[in-house]
Order: sequence, then structure tokens, then C-alpha cells
Amino acid sequence: MIEPIAFAGLAVVLIGSALAVVLTKNLFHSVLWLALTLTGTAGIFLSLDAEFLAAVQLLLYAGGVVTIVVFAIVVTERLVGDRITQTSRQLVNGFIIAAAVLVGVLSFVLRSPGWGPRPPIPGDLTKAIGQLVLTRFVLPFELLALLFFAALLGAIYFARPDE
Amino acid sequence: MPPALPAHVPLHAYLVLAAVLFAIGLFGVVTRRNIIGILLGIELMLNSVNINLVAFARFSGDVAGLVFAVFTISITVAEVALGLALVILIFRVRRTAVADHLDLLRG
Repeated sequence: MIEPIAFAGLAVVLIGSALAVVLTKNLFHSVLWLALTLTGTAGIFLSLDAEFLAAVQLLLYAGGVVTIVVFAIVVTERLVGDRITQTSRQLVNGFIIAAAVLVGVLSFVLRSPGWGPRPPIPGDLTKAIGQLVLTRFVLPFELLALLFFAALLGAIYFARPDE
Repeated sequence: MPPALPAHVPLHAYLVLAAVLFAIGLFGVVTRRNIIGILLGIELMLNSVNINLVAFARFSGDVAGLVFAVFTISITVAEVALGLALVILIFRVRRTAVADHLDLLRG
């Protein structure tokens, strides 16, 4: 009984904060609303019994990404010397495109047959994730390490001081 | 309290929620002029994809979906870090964060 109420509350928070992200004039407020959206997504993960993913979401997204974006805004504002107020353009066209994509996706989703209730949890999901990452998905896992290495090198290269 | 409330949340509810978030993110990407604003829209879209992955993984009982969600989250974080490094670099060189002003390659 508590589950649909929690989902409805989370859905309202998620959609409201996501709308605020794309509609707020102040870029800094936009990032703070994005933090709320990402935290709400962690709540959705919790409602799907994925505690590990909720923790990763909070650590990487709500912690890491928001910090990086705030840092970028502060640095760019200092470089340009005044506050960044962002304006949006082509609101009507954007709304038409987004609505068309939404209708297209929803027409497929709602026509598909239901999946019935979720099956019982097959043991400890976090343990299962760890075992899968190091057995079946060990190659993508190692490639991920390579990607992070390249991203780190790239970030250092971009951020180097001017010669 | 309405009596018609279901006992559990169906998969379709998660899919519809993710689709709505995706559309909102797409709206942001199309309408924002600031590069950081566009990146935030992309974040919203990638986030909605993760909701889909986790929901499908949970309802199908296959943990592989959760592993892929971990991968997408990690890759997204690397992408954001690099994207913002590019934004700062563009700021240094061109003194602008508006995507429309970056038309150096216009024919």
C-alpha cells in the first residue's frame, strides 16, 4: 500500500524538478534542481530494490556531477566577469519536438503487454552485481577503466595552463 | 483514500515516468542556449534511461540490467567531466558559453 504512494510522490518531485531544470532562468538554480532530480532518481532505484545503484547514483551523480557543474559555472562566471543568465529560444519548436518524441515512445510503451508483478529478489542484488561485473562483464569493466584513464588524461590536457 | 490504488507499481508506470523525463531533457537540449544548460538537459535524458534499465532489470529478474546501469552512470560522469572541461576551454578562448556563437566552422 505504501509503495504506490511513494512512487507517486517521487514521480511528482522528479517531473517538477526536471521541468525546473529546463525552465529556470538562473543557471545555478538549474543545477540545484538537477541535484533534486538525481536524488529523486536514487529514490526510484530504492523503490526498485537496487540499493547499490541508489548509493552509486547519490555518490557519482548527486555528489560528483553537481559539484563539477557548480565548479564550472563559478569558473566561467569569474572568467566572463558577470552573472550568467541564460535565455531559452524556440520554446514552441522545442515543445513540439519533445511532445512528438514523448507521444511516439508512449504509444509503444502503452501498447505493449504488461509484465505482471515483479519477481522476488534473487538473493543479494549487490553481491550479484559484483559477481557479474567480475565474471561475465569483466571485459566491459576493464574497458571502463581504460575510458576513465583517457578521460582523466583529456581533462588534464584541456585544463593545462596557457603556454 | 481511493480504493482503486494498486498494491504494487507496474512496470509501465516506471517506463512512462522515464519517457516523460526524457522528453523534458530533450526539451532542455533543444531550447537552451547556454552550453552548460544543454549539458544539464543531456544529464536528464541519460538519467531517464537509467530508470528504464533498472526497472526492466528488476521486473525481468535479470541482474545484467543493473550492471549496465552501473556502466552508463560511470560513463556519463566521465562525459560530464570532459564536457565541462571543454566548456571551460571554450570560455578561455572565445569568452562565450552560448552555443550559437560557436560558428567557426560555418560555411
